[in-house]
Amino acid sequence: MIETLADINWRLFAIVTLNGLTLASLYFIVASGFSLIFGLMRVVNMAHGSLYLLGAYVGFEVSEATGSWILGILAAGVVVAAAGAALQVSILSWMQGQDLRQALATIGVSIVAADLMLAQWGGSAYQIALPEAVSTFVPVPVAGRYAMARLMLIGFALVIGVALWLILNRTRIGMLIRAGVDDRRMLEAMGVNVPLVFVGVFAIGAGLAGMAGVIGGSVLSVSPGEDARYLLSSLIVVIVGGMGSIPGAAIGALLVAMAETYGLAYTPTYGIVYTFAIMVAVLAVRPQGLLGRAA
Amino acid sequence: MRWILPLAVIALLLVYPFVVNSFWLVQIGGRTLGFGTIVLSLVFLTAYTGMLSLAQMSVAGVAGYATAYFTAPTSGVGLLLPWPLALILALGLATVAGLLIGLVAVRTRGIYTLMITLAVAMAFYFLTLQNYDLFNGYTGFNNVQPPVILGLDLGANLPFYYMSVVLAAACYFGVRHVVRTPFGLALQGLRDEPDRLRALGYNVPLLRVLAFGLAGFIAGIGGILNIWLNASISPGSVALNPVIDVLMAGVLGGIGHPIGAYIGAFVFTVVDNFAIDFIARERFNTLIGLIFLAIVLFSPDGLTGLVHRAWTRGTGWARRNDGDARETDDIGK
Repeated sequence: MIETLADINWRLFAIVTLNGLTLASLYFIVASGFSLIFGLMRVVNMAHGSLYLLGAYVGFEVSEATGSWILGILAAGVVVAAAGAALQVSILSWMQGQDLRQALATIGVSIVAADLMLAQWGGSAYQIALPEAVSTFVPVPVAGRYAMARLMLIGFALVIGVALWLILNRTRIGMLIRAGVDDRRMLEAMGVNVPLVFVGVFAIGAGLAGMAGVIGGSVLSVSPGEDARYLLSSLIVVIVGGMGSIPGAAIGALLVAMAETYGLAYTPTYGIVYTFAIMVAVLAVRPQGLLGRAA
Repeated sequence: MRWILPLAVIALLLVYPFVVNSFWLVQIGGRTLGFGTIVLSLVFLTAYTGMLSLAQMSVAGVAGYATAYFTAPTSGVGLLLPWPLALILALGLATVAGLLIGLVAVRTRGIYTLMITLAVAMAFYFLTLQNYDLFNGYTGFNNVQPPVILGLDLGANLPFYYMSVVLAAACYFGVRHVVRTPFGLALQGLRDEPDRLRALGYNVPLLRVLAFGLAGFIAGIGGILNIWLNASISPGSVALNPVIDVLMAGVLGGIGHPIGAYIGAFVFTVVDNFAIDFIARERFNTLIGLIFLAIVLFSPDGLTGLVHRAWTRGTGWARRNDGDARETDDIGK
């Protein structure tokens, strides 16, 4: 027993754990936007993965053109937020309240978007160049050394998580959003322009996906098909964590990313099974998700 | 009067091989029937139980992979069995897959069912991609041929087409029959009023799971036809695109009536094959995506709904409501 314990490769374990945390951070940023949109509008935005991919491509183009990674991520956030707002205004606001039809419409949008992005940027993988300052390795206990950029990503996710929490719980906008989640019609009766709040929240959620695209494209890479991957991860994260809950998205992202990373590292051919098992277990015990409220 | 249209369709299907070339026979006709049967399983679930499942292509994929695994082993993966046994196993596994997905999705409604079945479908895709022991990873299986029975090669164009017609018709009329049985009526009851049905003493979760099992069986038949047509299966066959294709074909045709499945599959197949004549071949997805979006926006009950409404408006003749699906306007509420 003691021998087997000693045999465990602690360095590998530490690196895998850090990789899991990195992936969890990325999943959290993508899924929190997805969850935010669902929480307020009951829209399951099946084009969320497309927004992520669009953000990655926009970030790539802008950072290549200007040489500034910061400009790239800002441009991606703004452009994708605008795209999200346009999606809400032009298509989804027509069928507010018909959630299945909205989901179908966003599926149509994602099909078209994926194809047009493939036409524009082709099938090859891109890597967004990181600023010099963070493309280094830093010493980390047990693991040896680890990429600075990945540690930054974990920090970035924490900042976004805290910022979202503060906005939702400590500002007037957040109050409007929470009121909208609880009783949309009452909020409307109070004289609040709810459709405008909807567009705003859609823009924030989409912008988060766009920025996550740039981060994902820097730390990992960008290629067609990533949209499906991040849509799937967002779906599972919010199913596990609870639809509409930001802390739920954090817990879901941690669970899903850890299961995926450990699974791929230790049992490569069945990696996805663990993620799936977590989802099924949560559904069996708490169908509304770990931190979700019953519908 | 009621029998004229079905008889005309059957007659058309029977003479079809003698008026078209082999491309239209196999690539349009055969594909419509096989793919349409997978779509039928989705339409059955949606129209009669109110559950929109995105995992039907994955269930068809289970049947396809099982057929390949047991009849066409490659590079050490697979186990050669006599074809009747292989087919029974394939259909059995598809049914079991359907039941299991039903178990996972049973406590969800509407939009949640859609999300969870999509998650199941994507998980299955990544499993086939990562796993080499059962699914032979990225390569999948090739050279999967239908059996030769008593000298009749089911893989030849004409026998394959007629086999597809018979199986698709069996599934279609099977669905039409099942929805008139007490089981089918209970399903429609739980679609409309699950609480009342529960109060009447029905086991609602069990009925839902059984509906998924039956849909799995139908999708399995479609999946076997599909793999024989393509002769190969790989993770690409169960990826996001084919999974969504089933939904798109269903919505195109009209998700409220079984015939919509085959109409949608036909339109989808034709657009797929002839997109090159409208726009560049590579932009097929843009074209079909826009058509899909237009249908969702302007005619949620699909082409059959469009025709039906034009027909009732033109003749003032309302269709007899004989256990057909409800009007699809309220799907998604």
